[in-house]
Amino acid sequence: MALLLQILVTFSILSLVAVGGANAVLPEMHRQLVELRGWMDDATFSQLYALAQAAPGPNILVASVMGWRVAAWGGMAMATLGMLLPSAILAWCMAGLLHRLRGAAWLKPAQAGLVPIAVGLLLAAGLVMAEASSQFGLLPLVIVAASTLFVWRTSWSPLWVLAGGGVLGLLLLG
Amino acid sequence: MPAAPDSSPPATVTPSRPDLFLGYVKIGLFGFGGVAAWARRVIVEERRWLTEREYAEVLGLGQVLPGPNVGNAAVMIGRRFHGLPGALLATAGIYCAPLIILIALCLLYDRYGRLPEVRPVMAGIAAAAAGMVIGTACKMAGKLKLAPEAVLLLLVATFCAAWLRLSLPLIVLALAPLSITASLWRAGLILRKATS
Repeated sequence: MALLLQILVTFSILSLVAVGGANAVLPEMHRQLVELRGWMDDATFSQLYALAQAAPGPNILVASVMGWRVAAWGGMAMATLGMLLPSAILAWCMAGLLHRLRGAAWLKPAQAGLVPIAVGLLLAAGLVMAEASSQFGLLPLVIVAASTLFVWRTSWSPLWVLAGGGVLGLLLLG
Repeated sequence: MPAAPDSSPPATVTPSRPDLFLGYVKIGLFGFGGVAAWARRVIVEERRWLTEREYAEVLGLGQVLPGPNVGNAAVMIGRRFHGLPGALLATAGIYCAPLIILIALCLLYDRYGRLPEVRPVMAGIAAAAAGMVIGTACKMAGKLKLAPEAVLLLLVATFCAAWLRLSLPLIVLALAPLSITASLWRAGLILRKATS
């Protein structure tokens, strides 16, 4: 029981410092789980991270996998709850604040000021992912380029390029 | 002064509660590597819940708050349409399918000590997902018709995060005040304040 509570508290704190999402908080998660708490070793941490990457969905769910490793189902529930709840409550309050401020002349332009940063960081995330995939040689970069053009210039479903990428990977990278 | 008009303001639709949930299930389920790209695809292009600009603004807020930006956006978008039930439905939607898949992977991992050899397939999908994220950013930047200084700030944010690998809180802390100031100046609000 004490362990579950510790998991909940640890991930709640991580949740509140996770500006930028899962990848931003990964070093701190490593420090907490491996170095401070000693819940797992380095190799396990890396393996679990890879495991979480294999599933679709928000990569913040890496927390769920870590929690599961530390204390099975209860650990998974506590880690997921801890990681999601505090930041979700903050987002809820922020939405409420904005609703109350609606009509203020400066609100729309101020919010618009965050737009270039959001798009810039999205672009950066894509570039970092592209760089990570280049460890498999040149072919992934060709897939990256083709997929970029496909998604940018057409409005067909990106499922086609994801499926195509998977098939090419199976045929040529195996 | 009226706000700069969008080139083709598309009519948006208000999703029903089941629509909201199912839309977010799709975002979670298909979001390999880049949920943000799928979220924009479903919310702006396929279902037209928000305009390009409205979505970018919610995402921007989601970015400066702690936690996953798309998760934060789900709370805010859910609340906007259906209050607390909406926020809960959108949040449950985005996480439920990936969690079920993760649990299955954990069980496989527990039983066999490792995952079946899917590395080449995942590497190919990851490369395509990277392109999807880059393509989505390009598409948004094109459609949002950003002012020159906004484009510059966009590129600075990209450079700081992708090349310098500065931590995101630091980037947000440094660039958000600059960018907001630029945007207020562009809207004429800062000068107006100075003269009145």
